[in-house]
Amino acid sequence: MNELFVNIDWAEIWTATLDTLAMLGGSLLFTIMLGLPLGVLLFLTARRQLLEQPAVFSVLSFVANVVRSVPFVILIILMIPVTVLITGTSLGVAGAIPTLVVGATPFFARLVETALREVDRGIIEATQAMGASTRQIVLHALLPEALPGIVAAITVTAITLVSYTAMSGVIGGGGLGDLAIRYGYQRYQTDVMVVTVVLLVVLVQGLQMLGDRMVAHFSRK
Amino acid sequence: MIRFQNIHKSYQVAGQDVPALNGIDFEISAGEVFGIIGHSGAGKSTLVRLINLLERPSQGQVLIDGRDITALSDAGLRDLRRGIGMIFQHFNLLSSKTVAENVAFPLKLAGVSDKATIAARVAALLARVGLTEHADKYPAQLSGGQKQRVGVARALATEPAILLCDEATSALDPQTTRSVLRLLAEINRELGLTIVIITHEMDVVRTVCDRVAVLDSGQVVELGPVADVFLHPRHATTRRFVLEAEHVDEGEQVDDYAHVPGRVVRLTFKGESTYAPVLGAVARETGVDFSILTGRIDRIKDTPYGQLTVTFTGGNVDTALAHLAARDITVEVLRA
Ligand SMILES: Nc1ncnc2c1ncn2[C@@H]1O[C@H](COP(=O)(O)OP(=O)(O)OP(=O)(O)O)[C@@H](O)[C@H]1O
Ligand SMILES: [Mg+2]
Repeated sequence: MNELFVNIDWAEIWTATLDTLAMLGGSLLFTIMLGLPLGVLLFLTARRQLLEQPAVFSVLSFVANVVRSVPFVILIILMIPVTVLITGTSLGVAGAIPTLVVGATPFFARLVETALREVDRGIIEATQAMGASTRQIVLHALLPEALPGIVAAITVTAITLVSYTAMSGVIGGGGLGDLAIRYGYQRYQTDVMVVTVVLLVVLVQGLQMLGDRMVAHFSRK
Repeated sequence: MIRFQNIHKSYQVAGQDVPALNGIDFEISAGEVFGIIGHSGAGKSTLVRLINLLERPSQGQVLIDGRDITALSDAGLRDLRRGIGMIFQHFNLLSSKTVAENVAFPLKLAGVSDKATIAARVAALLARVGLTEHADKYPAQLSGGQKQRVGVARALATEPAILLCDEATSALDPQTTRSVLRLLAEINRELGLTIVIITHEMDVVRTVCDRVAVLDSGQVVELGPVADVFLHPRHATTRRFVLEAEHVDEGEQVDDYAHVPGRVVRLTFKGESTYAPVLGAVARETGVDFSILTGRIDRIKDTPYGQLTVTFTGGNVDTALAHLAARDITVEVLRA
């Protein structure tokens, strides 16, 4: 056993795991905080929706598509100056989070928009007919009805963020990805590579299972 | 109370104006059950949705209690809508809320925050629609008829003066339809609510409505008390609806009596005379013979009626017809 994993420093793996979890948690939180309103706005301003605003919709939609079409590795590099401006560093957990948020927010917002579109139009109409304001429709009808879809969107986004955190390892973001690159790839320590990958797989599986459970819990259909 | 004033409405489809309503002009009185019947695409939904401005007219006004609602502010409109309940073909209940929460929903939106008040109102409403035991279920766990009852309870939560029903029974089987219609009639009677019912089934109109408007291609082609429209339809569309309700094939109606001797007339009885032995009495008085060719006896809302196609031979037919007419029976000569 010990011969197989000669290169492994478990303390370092533990720290890297915590870093990955911190990056994931921090970036997921901000992604939801920004992406949820953005998704709602995309939904509301689209054609034939409650706040139909073709100009606003086009701009939001265009920006979201541009960001989504930039490969994440390139986004990391483009974001370096911005990150330094916000957090004072482009390294470590703090340095990784702004880039992760920028990369994941448009993706999450689109998923939220799709989840909202799945809500039966009749329900919106019925709520409207009860004299609800747009704000009430969003808060009391749309979001609760779309909750299972939104939870599924959060799950997918969290999993995407896990692979993004691994990529930010490339330029010193820290975490399991960083470990895999530095030891596993650059120093040919395959055992480190294997352990980190196994940990990432476990993390992704865990997230998916948790997400599926929550979706089932919130589904009433 | 609800007045449509020269309403025109068209939709923009691919840059083109597609008319849906053309010059609608009539009034629905307070406290009546008013039916709007028409084929698919006739404009029924568009028309009923003008009453709570889910759709705005392209031209003309909608007056409720003399007030032009198209001129209301956003806040005024929300207020108006709280006074108008609506039920839908596909129920449109919130799947994320329990039955009780669905019924409480309009109250919450209206800013009622006192839990005890809400609970009491919800309990009373659920008792009215017979769903007390189902309060904590989710809509997905209910049958169609039960869902529509939740819809009715929800629509009544804010104690509206008007209830709009857009094909509220179209997704239900005949028996469930009858029970929902009975519920609507009961609500109309006990709460004095004005009910507007949209349907494509004459049976629905006949069971609950006081008056009916027949809509065809965005125009009202016939309007009046249900008994008049149902028993003496004038417009071709109306006639088709009546025949559908009677399960009569239109073609079969025309040349049936070619081999029947005598004078063929259609007699329409309404109310008390339906059950009176009028035909026999008149035959004795005037010495005519009669034989019944077709007929039906039924009810329109609470009024019994009968409609018989009869042929008279021998005796004094003219006098017989005059005697019938004198007894409040409508006489139409189909073949002299
Ligand atoms: N949102 C819309 N956009 C474009 N056209 C519409 C819209 N809503 C209705 N129409 C058109 O207006 C006409 C009347 O539609 P409406 O829904 O009022 O008919 P309806 O009598 O309720 O029919 P149904 O019995 O099928 O519900 C139809 O020709 C329909 O295609
Ligand atoms: Mg319709």
